[in-house]
Amino acid sequence: MSSVDSNTVLWGQTIMYTAYCLAILSVMALLARKLTRPPGSHDVTPKIFYMWVGFLVVLGVSLHVLTYNTIPWVKDDLHGSTDYVASYDITVGDHKFTWADGNKQLQVPCGKLVRFSVTSQDLTYGFGLFRENNSMVMQMQVVPGHPNDLVWTFDKNGVYTIRSTEYSGPSGYQMIEKDAVKVTGCSQDDPVSAEGLHR
Amino acid sequence: MSTFTDTLVNGNERAFKAETLTPMQKLTLKYVVFGLIYYGFAAIEGMLLRINQVEQIESIFFPKRYFAMLTAHPLVGIFGSSYLLVFGAFTFLVPFLLKKPLWSFKVANWTLWLIVVGVFTFWFDGFLTHYAPLYTLYWPLPADFSQFEPVAGAIFITGIALVMVGTLLFVLNIFKTLTYTPAGWGKQPTGRILGDALGLTTLRNFFTGRMRHSRETDHLVPLPVAAIARGTVDVALNALIITFTGVLILVYMIGELSGNSLKSTAVDALLYKNWYWWGLDLVADGLVLVFVAGSWYLLASLITGREVFMAKWARFALGLELVVSWTVWSHHLLSDQAQPAMLKVGSGEMVTAFELITQGLALFITVVTLWKARPLTMTNELKFLLGGLLGFGLAVPAGIMQADAGLNRILHNTQWIIGPHVHVAVLVGLTMTLYSAVYVLLPILTNGAKLYSQRLANIHFWCHLIGGVGMGAFMGMAGLQGMLRRTIYSDGEYRPYMILAAICGALLLIAFACFLINIVMTLGLKGAAGLFKKSPKPVEELVPGSIPEPVA
Repeated sequence: MSSVDSNTVLWGQTIMYTAYCLAILSVMALLARKLTRPPGSHDVTPKIFYMWVGFLVVLGVSLHVLTYNTIPWVKDDLHGSTDYVASYDITVGDHKFTWADGNKQLQVPCGKLVRFSVTSQDLTYGFGLFRENNSMVMQMQVVPGHPNDLVWTFDKNGVYTIRSTEYSGPSGYQMIEKDAVKVTGCSQDDPVSAEGLHR
Repeated sequence: MSTFTDTLVNGNERAFKAETLTPMQKLTLKYVVFGLIYYGFAAIEGMLLRINQVEQIESIFFPKRYFAMLTAHPLVGIFGSSYLLVFGAFTFLVPFLLKKPLWSFKVANWTLWLIVVGVFTFWFDGFLTHYAPLYTLYWPLPADFSQFEPVAGAIFITGIALVMVGTLLFVLNIFKTLTYTPAGWGKQPTGRILGDALGLTTLRNFFTGRMRHSRETDHLVPLPVAAIARGTVDVALNALIITFTGVLILVYMIGELSGNSLKSTAVDALLYKNWYWWGLDLVADGLVLVFVAGSWYLLASLITGREVFMAKWARFALGLELVVSWTVWSHHLLSDQAQPAMLKVGSGEMVTAFELITQGLALFITVVTLWKARPLTMTNELKFLLGGLLGFGLAVPAGIMQADAGLNRILHNTQWIIGPHVHVAVLVGLTMTLYSAVYVLLPILTNGAKLYSQRLANIHFWCHLIGGVGMGAFMGMAGLQGMLRRTIYSDGEYRPYMILAAICGALLLIAFACFLINIVMTLGLKGAAGLFKKSPKPVEELVPGSIPEPVA
């Protein structure tokens, strides 16, 4: 079972983008310095231009190929997998999330594909799961009049908060259901989920 | 009178004399004045929102007011500031570069005042009534009358409609100026001009193998004007979509006011989101990128006095960008589960990746054009142009990362997209390019006014650059840790990042203050007031003594 979760992916992104920013800042600073100096022997030929075009094409496409093959949720998500073991039906309306048994904490098994099926009764909302330190596990948009189903496999034990991730009017920011989802049965705990932090 | 007071009243070395300006110069400078006023609105409003993100001041920024400000902030920034600055500059540059009079001075005047009044209308309405559907207007929020008053919404939409009418008049003026035949001139080859402006000539050359032998001198329309024409196509399409959406919302409001409430379910929320984002994206991923690329080419050739490197490919890339801008909208719907996967991958991921290519080419071509002209003097226009290049160099990859199905699942609606992508693109990329254009155009538009202080210009540059990049960076760091946009955090969840972002926001305000002082001291209050007095010169005269010669 994969142990790559959103925290791992976001750390990877942070490192890559920071390295890129430092590189382009350095290149532009060097360029600004060199532009005021007399020209050397190096010239830019059309050949370099065509190589640059090729590089950009490879870079643009390879990002998606890379994420498709390394981020665990992408394939299930894009293929719309239906072999989930449990489905959690949630309704949202008048700026409030509701589900069966009076919003009793949802129990989710570890390592199994599960589905969150959210229906809006009025506005466009968002549905996101968040850890205790507010970092995001995942999210989707919740559009009225359409099915909003997200399949997910958790690989760590943890307790997570539901929060609307889309603006739905001035009261929407209070749409928070604290510790609404509990994942159990994994060999590893999510260190920054509600339970992990309090342990 | 002290030297300071004299400069404040009469301008630096009394070099600026408003009475020597042509009507076109005055009109363009008025666009700049109002564009800068609205930039000030957006910047101050942004700073107030930022302060509230550090420490929620509920007595002043209670949720209704906070979200009304959040609704007005980007709209004032884009329509009030960026549109006015860009439209003003292009209304002057198109006839200037074509050496042909503007089709209609009167229409250009109408454009200015419709946008100025329209922006003030929706801003003031938001201030008074707290109508706050945000610029996204996700259905059925703008017509949710349990949260918003229909009258408030109707006034807001009327303001937007005025801006759109002004915008469509700008489009008309640009295309008519390209194609019309001025009195006394030989008949203009309308078809060939349009084909060249819109890129059909380049496309034909590409598919017939004539691209290799084509030269810049073969074209009827200069490269920057071709960029303006192509970006203007997206301006028109965007205005039509926003107008259509506005009319739809207005119908619901009129229904509500007349006691005949309409069902919001009559409009499919996902279909609405698709067409609205299709139109909205023509700004962010269309006209902004095309206009900016064209501005870079113009600025690089003016700064170096040389033809743009690989100009024929620059033309090709501008055309490609236009087509790409019509097909990328789905990257905004990667988290909408009912959106077909084919659209998510095709439009949302793959076509969007072309923006890395087109913008990467524009950046490369501009840098090489500058590189080949070494040694250059580090003028204000050059340093701001480099800042603009850096801004897009940082912001475009940040957007491409978000336009990925895997990453979008954990980034959508976080501060990542609005920080490192949107604010860095708009504040550093676009605004610094515009400042570069202002420094290039200043002597042309003012008949040689002398800049008051180079030191203030330097402070403006560094504070703006550090403030813009820094603000985006700290917002992005918070976003990667889950901080959402379009919400309120009450328990100081991301306070350290928001304090640092607020410091950077303050730097941006300092930068703007320095620029404003510098411009006021350059022109003088008397000179600035003189812009609003009618010029006796003919409207065909772009700059003194330069009425375009008839072309047979």
